[in-house]
Amino acid sequence: MERDKNFVLGVFDDEDVLLDAIAKVRGNGVKIHEVYSPFPVHGIDDVLGYKRSKLPIAAFLFGLLGTTLALTMQFYMMKFDWPMIIGGKDHAAFPDFIPVTFELTVLLAAFGMCGVFFVSSNLKPWAQPRIFDLRITDDKHVVAIDLATNAGLGEEKIGDILKSSGASEVNKKSFE
Amino acid sequence: MQVTSSVREPLITGGKTLKDVTHDVSRQVEGKPTLGWILGLLVAVGTLLLGSLALVATLWEGIGMWGLNKTIGWAWDITNFVWWVGIGHAGTLISAVLLLFRQKWRMAINRAAEAMTIFAVICAAMFPIIHMGRPWLGAYWALPLPNTFGSLWVNFNSPLLWDVFAISTYFSVSLVFWYIGLIPDFATIRDRATGLRKTIYGALSFGWDGAAKTWSRYESVALILAGLATPLVLSVHTIVSFDFATSVIPGWHTTIFPPYFVAGAIFSGFAMVLTLMIITRKVFKLEDYITIGHIELMNIVIIITGSIVGIAYITEFFIAWYSGVEAEQYAFINRAFGPYWWAYWAMMTCNVISPQLFWIKKIRTSIVATFALSIVVNIGMWFERFVIIVTSLHRDFLPSSWAMFYPTLSDIGVYLFTFGLFFTLFLLFAKFFPVINMAEVKSIVKSSSEKVNK
Repeated sequence: MERDKNFVLGVFDDEDVLLDAIAKVRGNGVKIHEVYSPFPVHGIDDVLGYKRSKLPIAAFLFGLLGTTLALTMQFYMMKFDWPMIIGGKDHAAFPDFIPVTFELTVLLAAFGMCGVFFVSSNLKPWAQPRIFDLRITDDKHVVAIDLATNAGLGEEKIGDILKSSGASEVNKKSFE
Repeated sequence: MQVTSSVREPLITGGKTLKDVTHDVSRQVEGKPTLGWILGLLVAVGTLLLGSLALVATLWEGIGMWGLNKTIGWAWDITNFVWWVGIGHAGTLISAVLLLFRQKWRMAINRAAEAMTIFAVICAAMFPIIHMGRPWLGAYWALPLPNTFGSLWVNFNSPLLWDVFAISTYFSVSLVFWYIGLIPDFATIRDRATGLRKTIYGALSFGWDGAAKTWSRYESVALILAGLATPLVLSVHTIVSFDFATSVIPGWHTTIFPPYFVAGAIFSGFAMVLTLMIITRKVFKLEDYITIGHIELMNIVIIITGSIVGIAYITEFFIAWYSGVEAEQYAFINRAFGPYWWAYWAMMTCNVISPQLFWIKKIRTSIVATFALSIVVNIGMWFERFVIIVTSLHRDFLPSSWAMFYPTLSDIGVYLFTFGLFFTLFLLFAKFFPVINMAEVKSIVKSSSEKVNK
């Protein structure tokens, strides 16, 4: 059977039932493809075994880049390229450079991190998402289980595990 | 598992389910515009067009059209600029600072408040741009671009330049913060729609599918953006206050300006949020999400920031006397008892006395009183900026050049233009975008709705 094509979906109404169910399903040796929710469910990363996002590191590095660029630009322009005495201050009036440095640090950190977020999550205006169930963005949580990666268990067995752990519906979904 | 204290007031009333949240918020995006909305839009666009006459005339003739003179070089333009920027601050405070403090009541109002921030900053930015006289050349004066002088750069020692960086960073970071929050809600509308609407909201939703991995990254992005936006919002009004505080003009040369301006900004911003939300919740029937509890909490923020502003006014007066600097003392005596006494006392009444009424629970939980006082506060905050700017300038060091400021039609028209722009943008937002962050509100339905607490 080909991967990423045929799925069994467990539909859940309640986030706390969902969290317990994910643990139970995984405990039964079922590999979960992904869980889809209408809102962020706290603690879902832990039960799914997801690692912490590295986006804060990206933000920090982009922020560092912003600081460096801002200071380089200001020192180059004010001290080396066209030195001018303004208000009797030193050409390289470091305290005066702090506001712009701070702003550019924030700007690059925010934009850099959001850029990484869009790219890593494949978010773009022309993206064609695979929608497992239209109610995911309304009121249902959906646990998607790929049949190919759980070949040893079979569709019925997976359905039974989902039902017994509290799924309100068990559906099948296939993509071309 | 979320645990909520049983003594807390519920944040969502009316026993709403997840489906109700989707329905209640999406319905005004999907339905036909109401008569009230159409009338509102007509008034806003009418104001915008009327104001653009003044704007075009001012750009054509030059800013000599304004009532400025050689003593008073800054008046309504900078007053309006500071006023609009200040209004913007509440949006970021609600979405970023309250997120860091884990205040869940922010969730029902953050979307509209952030939209207000973005539109207010657009209106604010109009004024320094128009004040350039020839804004099409402005990029060379405001940005470090290479030019034919080989290159004579912008002056990084000037607070006016810091402002360019602060305002543009603030605008763009707020826009990104707002848009990332909108993506999951656009997906909700996409999944309910068919035809053209599905295509448009499909593109706006960036292919959002609600995967746990994406939600986890989304939460991480929201937290870091809140962490970045919090010092950013404080820096913006701090730098706006530097435009005055770093000068040597008596009345401006004050070290308490940064915190005093930030408190004033939050004060006026919350007042504007209340003005807008009281109308929005009524027109779109969102009383179960934006409850009296929300209004009361915002009024408490108004009491606190209003009191900080009041203390700042008194401190300024005290320090002027205590400094022993005659010019400084005169500037403050002149503010309160000179020819602009009426502006000073309008500011004192609206900003210091009127918000104290919110100590009375009946007043701060009354919609009519809140609405009226929110407008009073915004009038007061406009006068605060007018008082700081014009009364400090109009009697300068040389009595022979003392003058008064009289606004011209151009001053009034350009201010009107920004009102038209603000309300046009807000009304378009309210109709075509989900005005409440559905995804975030859904995450508290289980823990903070009326049903659970009963």
